[in-house]
Amino acid sequence: MARMHLELSGLTKSFGSLVANDHIDLVIEPGQIHCLLGENGAGKSTLMNMLYGLLQPDAGEILIDGEKVAIHSPSDAIAQGIGMVHQHFMLVPVFTVAENIMLGREYTRAVGVLDRKKADALVTELSERYGFEVDPEALVEDIPVGVQQRVEIIKALANNARVLILDEPTAVLTPAEIDELIAVMRQLKENGTSIVFITHKLKEVKAIADTITVIRRGKVVGSAEPSATEEELAELMVGRAVDLVVDKDPATPGDTVLRVEGLTVIDERGFTAVDGVDLEVRAGEILAVAGVQGNGQTELAEALLGLTPIAAGRISLDGNDLTGRTTRDRLDAGIGYIPEDRAHDGFVGSFSVAENLVLDMARRAPFGKGLSLRTDEIEKNAQERVEEFDIRTQSTDLAVSSLSGGNQQKVVLARELSRPLKLLVASQPTRGVDVGSIEFLHTRMVKERDNGTAVLIVSTELDEIAALADRVAVMYRGKVVGVVPADTPRDELGLMMAGASKSEAEVVATENPTTLGTI
Amino acid sequence: MSNDTATEPEQTPVPAGPAKESGSGLPNWAVQGLVSLSAIVLALVVGAILIIIGDDDVTAAAGYFGAAPMDTISAALTAVGEAYKALFLGAVGGVDQIAESLTQATPLICGGLAVSLAFRAGLFNIGAQGQLIIGAIFASYVGFTWDLPPGLHLLVAVIAGLIGGALWGGVVGVLKARTGAHEVIVTIMLNYVAIYLLVWLLTTTTFKRPGRDDPISPIVKPNAQFPQFGDTRLHAGFLLALLAAVFVWWLLNRSTVGFELRAVGANADASRTAGMSVGRAYVIAMVIAGALAGLAGSQQVLGTDLPLTDGVAATIGFDAITVALLGRGTPLGTVLAGLLFGALNAGGLQMQLQTQTPLTLTTVLQAVIVLFVAAPALVRSIFPFLPKERGAGAVLAKGWNG
Amino acid sequence: MSETTTTPDTVRVPAPAAIEAPADRTRRLRVGSLMLVFALIGLLLAIFTNGGKATFQLVSGDLQNNLFGVPAQATALILGILGVIAAGAYVLRRVPQSYSGYLATLLGICFIGSFLCWAAAGKTFPLANQFQGTLNFATPLILGALAGVLCERAGVINIAIEGQFLVGAFTAAVVSSTTGSSAAALIAAALTGVLMAALLAVFSIKYLVNQVVLGVVLVVFASGITGYLFDQFLQEDAANMNTPDVLSAVKIPLLGDIPFFGPILFNQTILVYLTYIAVAVVTFVLFETRWGLRVRSVGEHPKAADTVGIRVKRVRYSAVLWAGVLAGLGGAFFTVGYAGSFSKDMTAGNGFIALAALIMGRWNPIGAMVAALFFGFATQLQSQLQIIQTPIPGELLLMAPYLATIIAVAGLVGRVRAPKADGEPYVTE
Repeated sequence: MARMHLELSGLTKSFGSLVANDHIDLVIEPGQIHCLLGENGAGKSTLMNMLYGLLQPDAGEILIDGEKVAIHSPSDAIAQGIGMVHQHFMLVPVFTVAENIMLGREYTRAVGVLDRKKADALVTELSERYGFEVDPEALVEDIPVGVQQRVEIIKALANNARVLILDEPTAVLTPAEIDELIAVMRQLKENGTSIVFITHKLKEVKAIADTITVIRRGKVVGSAEPSATEEELAELMVGRAVDLVVDKDPATPGDTVLRVEGLTVIDERGFTAVDGVDLEVRAGEILAVAGVQGNGQTELAEALLGLTPIAAGRISLDGNDLTGRTTRDRLDAGIGYIPEDRAHDGFVGSFSVAENLVLDMARRAPFGKGLSLRTDEIEKNAQERVEEFDIRTQSTDLAVSSLSGGNQQKVVLARELSRPLKLLVASQPTRGVDVGSIEFLHTRMVKERDNGTAVLIVSTELDEIAALADRVAVMYRGKVVGVVPADTPRDELGLMMAGASKSEAEVVATENPTTLGTI
Repeated sequence: MSNDTATEPEQTPVPAGPAKESGSGLPNWAVQGLVSLSAIVLALVVGAILIIIGDDDVTAAAGYFGAAPMDTISAALTAVGEAYKALFLGAVGGVDQIAESLTQATPLICGGLAVSLAFRAGLFNIGAQGQLIIGAIFASYVGFTWDLPPGLHLLVAVIAGLIGGALWGGVVGVLKARTGAHEVIVTIMLNYVAIYLLVWLLTTTTFKRPGRDDPISPIVKPNAQFPQFGDTRLHAGFLLALLAAVFVWWLLNRSTVGFELRAVGANADASRTAGMSVGRAYVIAMVIAGALAGLAGSQQVLGTDLPLTDGVAATIGFDAITVALLGRGTPLGTVLAGLLFGALNAGGLQMQLQTQTPLTLTTVLQAVIVLFVAAPALVRSIFPFLPKERGAGAVLAKGWNG
Repeated sequence: MSETTTTPDTVRVPAPAAIEAPADRTRRLRVGSLMLVFALIGLLLAIFTNGGKATFQLVSGDLQNNLFGVPAQATALILGILGVIAAGAYVLRRVPQSYSGYLATLLGICFIGSFLCWAAAGKTFPLANQFQGTLNFATPLILGALAGVLCERAGVINIAIEGQFLVGAFTAAVVSSTTGSSAAALIAAALTGVLMAALLAVFSIKYLVNQVVLGVVLVVFASGITGYLFDQFLQEDAANMNTPDVLSAVKIPLLGDIPFFGPILFNQTILVYLTYIAVAVVTFVLFETRWGLRVRSVGEHPKAADTVGIRVKRVRYSAVLWAGVLAGLGGAFFTVGYAGSFSKDMTAGNGFIALAALIMGRWNPIGAMVAALFFGFATQLQSQLQIIQTPIPGELLLMAPYLATIIAVAGLVGRVRAPKADGEPYVTE
């Protein structure tokens, strides 16, 4: 297979007033694993989408083996030998694996009739070559995410990709699966395929990279050798020394506020998402629920709020049974909620800041009086909250969708904390939020704990868990595999996130530290 | 589309701050008005082409086009000029004409509000037709069978119409809330159910006018009729339509219920998360929307037609959709659009009488106007001088799964 | 609209069979109770069936020979009880989930059977006419629904089938009248169907107009334009402009001689044969060819299609335009296949029934055909029952397709799942 020397020169892309990529230069040497490291929103995906033809650069050029090429569409990129595994898989769920692999370059017999046998054979051949186990006839929606990712890789290889872009490929994988992915990447590299590996996780970078390029706010801010320390990489990535440790006193837990017993959630497709979970959160403590994305944490939080029907179990708040009550009842009972997907569940994008700040209170005094809406009270409240939470907006009349991610999240938090709370449930509260806002959000949540509120935080980021938690519950396949103290070593947490029980994790972690069990 | 996705940790960045400023600095409503005006002009051009094609004089002159091309052109101009003159004068050429335009506009406004209100709650109410029919059935039944004092009889009949429409709309809301049945399908189907119900009722002794074999009911009793304005066909139902518009404005912008309706319409998931009952919002929206369409039905039977016939709804329920779209889902816009279409209908009748240009031309005009209004980019490519709207002007797009 | 993405949920264990997801349970009970209601109505009809024989006529137009009689009440009772058993088995979960569709079908057949026995007790029911009429009514519905399947599988909602029918019917009438050629009439109808489809495609794919809005407006437009042209031309000169030749039936040798079904299915016009072919071709093309795979991919996950180099918009255009051919032909049936002249708004909502058939058929060509046949059956039954005089008002029977659709979309025939990106314009950058 021919090797490819790929060079990006002065690539620039802006969206409105925001410059997502600012004159980015990048050289990808043949047969190397090139890590593109950067915070969420730094512009890594934008860059790769330009390389793959999904976005057109405003300026700059792409050179392959020294020659300038124009990539107007993904088919141009594929023709040049560039393959991409997107963060959100580009697979048609209702198609079989083989159909997905051949889509766009179908094998046909006469007059465009699909040759499924040939496609099946190709899938089998490629998966055997790389040691994957993939059934070509399986429907993509029925196979686990780890396998779906392999299908994506096979798809790129079937197109003879010489450069493979992997966009945040580890976000949905367990530590063990990550180790397997790394093995695959090494094998590809030996066969001469270059790999661009996009991530914001430092440990992965150190484990696999040949070259590291760090991007911050749309600019290349530096390159590093894999031998650089994590602290150095982090500082490059964030721009200043990071201090994720929140200043907080030890918790002084009070009575049990939230009690969850035997909670079971079955999702729409009939799979068990949450499997007999028991939990307790006490007043004045932060319980963090850790786990790899997709192990039931989302459904757990939604079930607490009554947003997802439960198949079995009991939920009580301060001894009052909330099982089967409406979401509104639960909010009124004193639960505050920061949903995982802000734009989707947290606010109404086309509503103004002021309206969003009363979204779950508009019908109550002082904002609603009888059937009327008191617009003056809503405005007054907005002014106060904007001040208190330092929400950066030109006006409270502006649509929330026009604010930055961090300020949007502040709107949500401000709204929830402006009610008297007994329990705060926060799901991925700082995902996609800039560092400055993260500190603010963390501090406010700790302050809420210190006011005696029980706080339950769902997070996939061990850094966040380490910074906030008083106790950690680890979820795996819908079950809580253990509740451990906040100072549990990361290796152990990592193993538990892969399904090991607490005692197993202790043993294995000390005897046999994995490369990446500690992401 | 609520799947348990994670938020994307890194999205393609969205521009912060308001989207591109409109070059002219005009407020959005003015830009929208300009687009609508341009759409009307374009529709008139399309209409002119149809008039020219259909005109006998033009066809005759075109027979010797090579010899005297100006004949064809002048015949065409004459044909178009006369038709549009008749249309214009027929709509606003005098007190009677204006009264007729307002009469035609009355049910269009109420029907349009029924569509607009549902639209703001995120629902596509294609069912104003059916709701109107059921409203008309209820109102006329009270109107011609009961005996009540003046005033009260009218009030009761109107309320009956509201209830009828509300029931028919409510079914849609309940089905949507309980089973997720898509309102577009259900409303389309209920329209036909309503029509067949009406046709059947008009064969029963309760509804059929004694001595008549055609589908027509007795005349609504005088006590239940809307008072007329002078000798015109215009009746007090028109004032009720304006009141309804004010009510819808208040409901949407100044009431807690409306706040929830708008929230659900703009983002149902976030509304659910904020403790609102999305299903309840759907039911409320469809009940009120149905009642508004039912009011349109009452206006028809108690003010304009007086007996109930199988043609009571004509195409009002469908025209109401175009009215709401032209009015961009706001109460004021809906009133203006209703007035325009009412005028087109009234003028079209005069045009047909005076120039033999078929009334169906106005149907084409209305469809083309809305088509252009719905595609501002197209209008802008024809009239490049039009300023851009701030933010996306497109209506919310959603599929069957939404 | 938020970006459509497959959700990676890593590790989900299927729930043990003993635990039913709450949503499934609600649905089973809801569907089950409805099925029970129908079964009991069927049984009730059986109980109130008069004694005597129900006679079914097997050859159209022949009331003396080829009759088939059954004891009305006994048959109705047997069918009624069978229906109750089917409904009961569903409610009590006595059969695997995957067989529940068959139970519903069985119940449907039993219900219709008892109903016919009840209606025809002591009388002669023209069964051959019933099937003949079913096919007549269903033909345009099938073509329209297939058009809808193609559009929506590619991610474009088509509410404008009614409008495509109207222009197709109009053009076929005019072209047949003026040229005297049925072939020209059908081709012209297909072309105007494509023209309407082009409007649908350009406005939805290029100008991103909401597709429900667009469909409604296009129907109004088609009604206006055909109405206007009818008023201006066809009415003035009906003799030359609006006297199309009605297609004549062509008997297929051998197949046409099959007893009972032969004459019904294989002594038909070219348009009906085209419809048979269309069902087969659309099914094959959609599921077995490259183009079909691409069409389905842009309807399910356009971005995924884009990333493998498929031109999403181009595929959508081609699907919508080909669908226009089918819808235009479906429209032609109303004039040159059946009525013999055009009249204003003559398609009378059939386009919307075709839309309903497509949804009831779950976006599948075969399913759409079955639903269309059911709708045709109900419509024909209405006129048959008026002939043999039953106490049921015809209007109520005419409601049946619409009510059935509402029941269907209310989730009563299983989870109806539209193509995931149906109705969502694809926007890049």
